[in-house]
Amino acid sequence: MTMLSKFKTAAAGAALVGASLLGSHAAAAEDTIKVGVLHSLSGTMAISETTLKDTVLMMVAEQNEAGGLLGKKLEAVVVDPASNWPLFAEKARELISKEKVAVIFGCWTSVSRKSVLPVIEELNGLLFYPVQYEGEESSKNVFYTGAAPNQQAIPAVDYLMNDLGVERWVLAGTDYVYPRTTNKILEAYLKAKGVDEEDIMINYTPFGHSDWQSIVAEIKTFGGKGKKTAVVSTINGDANIPFYKELGNQGISAEDIPVVAFSVGEEELSGMDTSALVGHLAAWNYFQSVESPENEAFIAEWHTFTSDDKRVTNDPMEATYIGFKMWVEAVKKAGTTDTDAVEQAMIGLSVKNLTGGMAVMGKNHHLSKPVLIGEIQEDGQFLVVSETDDLVPGDAWSDYLPVSEDTIADWTPPISCGNYNTVTKTCSGQNF
Amino acid sequence: MNIDNRTHRNPLFVPFAQDRWGNSLLLLLLVASVAVAVCNLVVPEGSPLHVPTYVVTLVGKYLAFALLALSVDLIWGYAGILSLGHGAFFALGGYAMGMYLMRQIGDRGVYGNPELPDFMVFLNWQELPWYWYGFDQFWFAALMVLLAPGLLAYVFGWLAFRSRVTGVYLSIITQALTYALLLAFFRNEMGFGGNNGLTDFKDILGFSLQDDGTRVTLFVLSAFALALGYIICRWVTRSKFGRVLVAVRDAENRTRFVGYRVESYKLAVFVLSACIAGIAGALYVPQVGIINPGEFSPLNSIELVIWVAVGGRGTLYGAVVGALLVNYLKTWFTGAFPEVWLFFLGALFVLATMFLPKGIVGILQRKWSKN
Amino acid sequence: MYRLIIALVLGCLLYSGAHAAEDPLGYELGVLAQTKLTKMPAQIDVLVALDDDRVVAVLQAMLDGRLYRRKADDTLFIGEPGEDKSLAITDPLGVTGDSVAPATDFKRIAVNNRMRGQLRLAIAQLNLRSDDEEQRFLAAQELLGDTSPKVIALLEAASRSESSGRVLAVLADARALAALQQDDANLRYRAVEELSGNLQPVVLNALQALVEEDAGGIPLEPDPAVLKRARQAIAGIRQDAEFYSNVETVFFGLSLGSVLLLSAIGLAITFGVMGVINMAHGELIMLGAYTTYVVQLLMPNHLEYSLVVAVPLAFLVSGAVGIAIERGVIRFLYGRPLETLLATFGISLILQQGVRTIFSPLNRSVATPDWLSGALEINPLLSLTYNRLYILVFSLVVFFLLVTLLKKTSLGLQFRAVAQNRAMARAMGIRSAWVDAMTFGLGSGVAGIAGVALSQLTNVGPNLGQAYIIDSFMVVVFGGVGNLWGTLVSAFGLGMANKFIEPVAGAVLAKILVLVFIILFIQRYPRGLFPQQGRSVD
Repeated sequence: MTMLSKFKTAAAGAALVGASLLGSHAAAAEDTIKVGVLHSLSGTMAISETTLKDTVLMMVAEQNEAGGLLGKKLEAVVVDPASNWPLFAEKARELISKEKVAVIFGCWTSVSRKSVLPVIEELNGLLFYPVQYEGEESSKNVFYTGAAPNQQAIPAVDYLMNDLGVERWVLAGTDYVYPRTTNKILEAYLKAKGVDEEDIMINYTPFGHSDWQSIVAEIKTFGGKGKKTAVVSTINGDANIPFYKELGNQGISAEDIPVVAFSVGEEELSGMDTSALVGHLAAWNYFQSVESPENEAFIAEWHTFTSDDKRVTNDPMEATYIGFKMWVEAVKKAGTTDTDAVEQAMIGLSVKNLTGGMAVMGKNHHLSKPVLIGEIQEDGQFLVVSETDDLVPGDAWSDYLPVSEDTIADWTPPISCGNYNTVTKTCSGQNF
Repeated sequence: MNIDNRTHRNPLFVPFAQDRWGNSLLLLLLVASVAVAVCNLVVPEGSPLHVPTYVVTLVGKYLAFALLALSVDLIWGYAGILSLGHGAFFALGGYAMGMYLMRQIGDRGVYGNPELPDFMVFLNWQELPWYWYGFDQFWFAALMVLLAPGLLAYVFGWLAFRSRVTGVYLSIITQALTYALLLAFFRNEMGFGGNNGLTDFKDILGFSLQDDGTRVTLFVLSAFALALGYIICRWVTRSKFGRVLVAVRDAENRTRFVGYRVESYKLAVFVLSACIAGIAGALYVPQVGIINPGEFSPLNSIELVIWVAVGGRGTLYGAVVGALLVNYLKTWFTGAFPEVWLFFLGALFVLATMFLPKGIVGILQRKWSKN
Repeated sequence: MYRLIIALVLGCLLYSGAHAAEDPLGYELGVLAQTKLTKMPAQIDVLVALDDDRVVAVLQAMLDGRLYRRKADDTLFIGEPGEDKSLAITDPLGVTGDSVAPATDFKRIAVNNRMRGQLRLAIAQLNLRSDDEEQRFLAAQELLGDTSPKVIALLEAASRSESSGRVLAVLADARALAALQQDDANLRYRAVEELSGNLQPVVLNALQALVEEDAGGIPLEPDPAVLKRARQAIAGIRQDAEFYSNVETVFFGLSLGSVLLLSAIGLAITFGVMGVINMAHGELIMLGAYTTYVVQLLMPNHLEYSLVVAVPLAFLVSGAVGIAIERGVIRFLYGRPLETLLATFGISLILQQGVRTIFSPLNRSVATPDWLSGALEINPLLSLTYNRLYILVFSLVVFFLLVTLLKKTSLGLQFRAVAQNRAMARAMGIRSAWVDAMTFGLGSGVAGIAGVALSQLTNVGPNLGQAYIIDSFMVVVFGGVGNLWGTLVSAFGLGMANKFIEPVAGAVLAKILVLVFIILFIQRYPRGLFPQQGRSVD
């Protein structure tokens, strides 16, 4: 075999691979609207994110049954970013550039969102992010349908302080940006409320921390000082089960030291033995146990879709639901799936949430939400013990952090900026 | 090509005549980089020959991975050192580049601080920590891309090879090394951005990272780096130095008894390999736009060893083929079979190790030599 | 007034049964059934004030979530869920007998945190005069530290009629705590005297409150003698506290060590004895944990035995998978240890995705049997949690069984013979292929057993294995490959080191320091703590 023929073969192979990389979007029919789904289906985050993928698929199927959108059928494009953060960026690029999706529903962790953000902004895509997060961000191309810190953490602390008379605080979290931010906001908030420095204990643990013996013992000692103590937990996913188990085994009950968590919902509870958790609290914008016609219909549809009447629903699912409904409304209003038109149509839009109220999209791309505090029951559901009277608008930039107290986000003219300083009247940190 | 006397004396030229596979690879790289540059920048969009930017960065990433695989093959295939922590050197190089890109953001960050990166402003850091000094200069960052992994490899290798830690023991402690670094970089107190790592880069040497021209340049640079890395590795392995390495791989004690200072040879090639891995990391970061502690994950390091094994260990070009192939398959699988792709990948690894002891290039070679 | 009467009449009518009218408890329970969550605390107070012995059972049921309302007529029952969504109900009034009814006819009375606290105190107050000595003891402990006049009066009354020594002791403590507030310095002195050496956290807090200084640096306690004695008492308690906290850390270290031992010991066999780098080891642990889950699914009414069943079953499941891996893949790779690493890594991906496909990517809930929950309370400052205590014992039992198996049985002899010199062993007539399969099966089976234990401590999900694989390798290598005793020492040593560094440096730094220590140690002693003796040269 000659050198030349070898090159030919190699080149042919390369061309083949190249052709498949380029994809077949040219052949894709124009009579569907593509909806990208960017949730991890493998790796560490699959535990949480798989459910959201199913939720989007269910919503797409429902919309198609109702006649599609703008006379076209919706088509979900599912990819697996495999809990690998750079892969999130790559897959986002693939969805927008190759698959030409009109919108992406995706991401869970903050780092995955941060990884995707430059890509979405560069290619002018549209991302709906359905998870509670740390705030300090507002992008033109992202709609945040989960809770900002002021829609979860602060009402929860208010409840503990006013209703349960808590005076000593343990802020325990996994060491990443969401707990760090939330705890900073809470620390500032508590101090503003007159809580002593020595009555606040802050503790960070690594991801997936499984040996909680020492830390729980420390919390026990901290809480044994005669003042009512509570734990505000921003502990992430997998570390929760060993944490609650250790609490229960060391004899700390919810009456002694209640734990209020921001990352423990119905789905996490469905994977736990709840006997040790009864009475502990969680703050969310939605609970499966809330009674409303919309919620009943949603749960029934979910059970049918998954063919499993034990599958639970949770807050990020509701956020996905609201986001999807809003996007559909916005596309109808704009008459196109063009990003800029949909983005402007989104602002001010309101759709029914699942707890019997309305969700309104603010100028800062965050939703107005009710805040519910629930107590864990034996069946893994929550008993709502407190609910804000009004909807709380999401605050993109926290007022309790010195770095961002003067910053606002407003995507309507004349400001049209996600990072606007009200004192210097300037817009910074934006690519576009 | 004629083999004259000159090439016999200089090992740098010997291989050109004897490495048909490597030559094909080098030529292919050259052709590909030119073709991609032209097809992306010159050919208009909509033309069937147009290469979208998405493919450019994707293949650019593969090339960075291929360079990384090359560095692993250099030590594993030739010196018998199986490092299960080579991702650490890659990540360190990546972080050095990431720190430079971070400083380049300047006051365009979210909080508009000209000195401190956003995450430091946010965590109330008052001033830049000392180890961030100098990273605003490209030459310094470039130096660090080599020095940080090189130095770590030197210290680690010096300790390990001197006390004759070999085989699986060495593999396991390299794994411990990358695991410890993973945990360390996760800590927000370290000042490397914690779990989020470094991201939101704007430009490199004044060129916008979102510009197609910059992307193609980075792609071409990656291709060149890979080619250069390949030539260097080939030169090293074909030289007398390389022969000693193979002797160490096959019979370490005998080599020692013959009178070679085995540990010095191993140390030298280990450091060289770490530096190449660092360069791969530095090329990877601006193309994917993020570097975070996940790159230190021991599983990543194991996976990259598998690229080499799948491609064919101890051939250099096999490592390149393996890295390109496995990563391409991953891209394809995660998009086409999101629910079950791990079955395919797992099966590929099992079957490749069982039935392709010499990797994919092994079969190709056999097939070709028959023709 | 008129409305009230109507409401009362209505309430009586709604509460079916003729006994309601003459039984005040029946009436109040009827009201409770219709009370909103926010108004319930007041109604609980009403129930307590009735001074009816039957109230305790109602309150206890309410606290335990066993109080149900029949939807049809708002009658309250104490219920016990049975099979097929049935409910065994008891009438708290003792009028109608026990019966079984469909659970869908009932709704559980929900209680919140604050009510749980209230219920617990109320039950304790009522239980002070219980016939059961244990109940009185628990009640007195619950009320310790409550210095409200009403409770003090109750305690005084209780101590007059109390005969049990240990209940009296608690009551005396409670009264002494109350006496700290007395005006008479002598009484306070005696109270401090009595309380010194008592390790209850309430006591320390009360004493601390006594010696606390106001803004001007003047102690709140006016009497110098009392002050001095109180400070002495505090110092004594502090000293004890420090001692027990050290004991606790040792226990924590042992416990972490036992987890490390369990997860590493299977690897010590497959890696140490056979030289196979099994990256799927973590997934074999995971399979054991999933076996526990399946066992609990299959026998939902016998949770307390589920683990006993799960241990041998997990051994078989993981062992069988292990043998399949050995026969299917590894036997083709002997002599190429590093390649077993690559192949088994592929297998681990397949196994992970396998459970994800079969069981869903969500975590599965594995219940903790009662005998594993709670803690062994040695004194108020030191209690050892049962699950960790059992796992510690369990890990040692598994370890010694394995050692015995390897040292004392002919099977073990064959294992060791093949491990040391395969060719010679074969020449002596040992079927080395069979021994390989059995050894690998044994190591894998032990991993499965570890999974059962870990299911009691952590998440049962597809990622379970990955969390333990690296630690397991570190333990085996640090201990010395091929030496089970080395694994034992290394597991407990690393566990201890971790737990003693953790309070000082934090959890993450502790882990990093331990890893750095292992790296440096291996540099110095390349073959681990207990290197295998032999003349093998590569």
